[in-house]
Amino acid sequence: MLLEAPFTEDRIRALRVGQEVEITGLVYTGRDAVHKYLHEGGKPPVDLRDSIIYHCGPVVVKEKGRWVVKAAGPTTSIREEPYQGPLMEQYGIRGVIGKGGMGPKTLEYCQKVGAVYLHAIGGAAQVLAERVVAVEGVHMMEEFGSPEAIWEFRVERFPAVVTMDAHGQSLHRDVLAASQDALRQLG
Amino acid sequence: MDAKTLEAQLLELIRRTSTRLPGDVVRAIEKGWRREAKGSIAKSALRTVLDNIELARDKSQPMCQDTGTIICYADLPAWCDEPTFMKAYERAVVKATKVGYLRQNSVDSITGKNSGDNLGPGNPAFHLHQTRQKSLTCRMMLKGGGCENVGAQYSLPRADLGAGRDLAGVRTCILDAVVQAQGKGCGPGILGVCIGGDRGSGYLASKEEFFRELDDTNEDPRLAKLEKRIVKEANSLGIGPMGFGGATTLLGCKITHRNRVPASFFVSVSYMCWAFRRDGFRLSESGKVTRWLYD
Ligand code: SF4
Repeated sequence: MLLEAPFTEDRIRALRVGQEVEITGLVYTGRDAVHKYLHEGGKPPVDLRDSIIYHCGPVVVKEKGRWVVKAAGPTTSIREEPYQGPLMEQYGIRGVIGKGGMGPKTLEYCQKVGAVYLHAIGGAAQVLAERVVAVEGVHMMEEFGSPEAIWEFRVERFPAVVTMDAHGQSLHRDVLAASQDALRQLG
Repeated sequence: MDAKTLEAQLLELIRRTSTRLPGDVVRAIEKGWRREAKGSIAKSALRTVLDNIELARDKSQPMCQDTGTIICYADLPAWCDEPTFMKAYERAVVKATKVGYLRQNSVDSITGKNSGDNLGPGNPAFHLHQTRQKSLTCRMMLKGGGCENVGAQYSLPRADLGAGRDLAGVRTCILDAVVQAQGKGCGPGILGVCIGGDRGSGYLASKEEFFRELDDTNEDPRLAKLEKRIVKEANSLGIGPMGFGGATTLLGCKITHRNRVPASFFVSVSYMCWAFRRDGFRLSESGKVTRWLYD
């Protein structure tokens, strides 16, 4: 189904684990440096209310004066586990795109503030780069360097799967438990 | 062959490795895609993976933005000594980084500084041997970080897993590694396993197994049987592509063994993501590629 901006609380709370979505709208990249900076009280350079953060360190180059995205797959999300939930609450972040899923703390905040975790296909750098139709800006490039900067990506039909929702459900938790059971039964 | 030709051929090898997946891997992913249930997220995840493989090849751009650790194995004939080869390979790596076949991926472990050209202590990782053959053989792989992080080494016996010092214990460890990894290594994955050796040689040998083709058969019938069994059992655990659930958790498992000292019994498991980038060629003294080793 289509998940279109604005990413309001209603729209986000309507999502359920296991749904495939195609995201259209503006998303902001942010990985380790950004999360640490915000966690330490740094002021966000963009308004994060009802926003989606993308855990991604893209390869972006300037061609004829324009930014062009060369590769834009997700990076491992769990590194932001200590920060993500509180930042969702503080700034009204409604969604996080990444890979590998996140833990119980983030899940709790998803439920509390009305947010979701959206799993992109790890490694699909080319397919995902094609869905970034425009780069609308970049922030903190000086401080953090290109892969760690905050890129404003206009995406169109960017594919992802809801793997943690605002109702306390986590596909990662369920698949882990089911596979552990299956292993026990194999003996 | 002059240094320039050698460098150009090695650059082409790096480009191919980063932007194309070998035929055996693509076929295994296609097989997984056919097997997954219609309308499942596992199936559409594998569809995206297959689309990505095609797009990367057609655009000649990196399969994944993490272009991994550069691991290079070469058999060098009399006409090419080690310093000559290493210099040419390093120059090819620097060039490949400049034009974007490789990401800047080599970080100083003390200062955190990125070298910017993929060179640095241990980078690229060379494994060079002399050969009496006439031609030069070079194989390489790009081993991603996400999947490297889910590799595991077990020291048997492991009471908590109920794993003893035998093939049954080995199987228990390997399946445990699969469950621990879930989808975090960008599965479906491929396992390289070494039974025995020491901590260093075991991991090294486990990675060398990645040079085998996925559809080959282990020469050791006991290991051939174990490899088949692991893949079948892992795929029954329901972890699936990206850990979304599904029937395609492993695309292959390759197992080797090394002798050990009586006191140690290691099982070393390396995990390779679906973006399984390996390639290789044979090069004649005149500078021609006489054979690509993987289709
Ligand atoms: S594990 Fe492999 S596919 Fe995933 S991000 Fe790393 S290199 Fe890419």
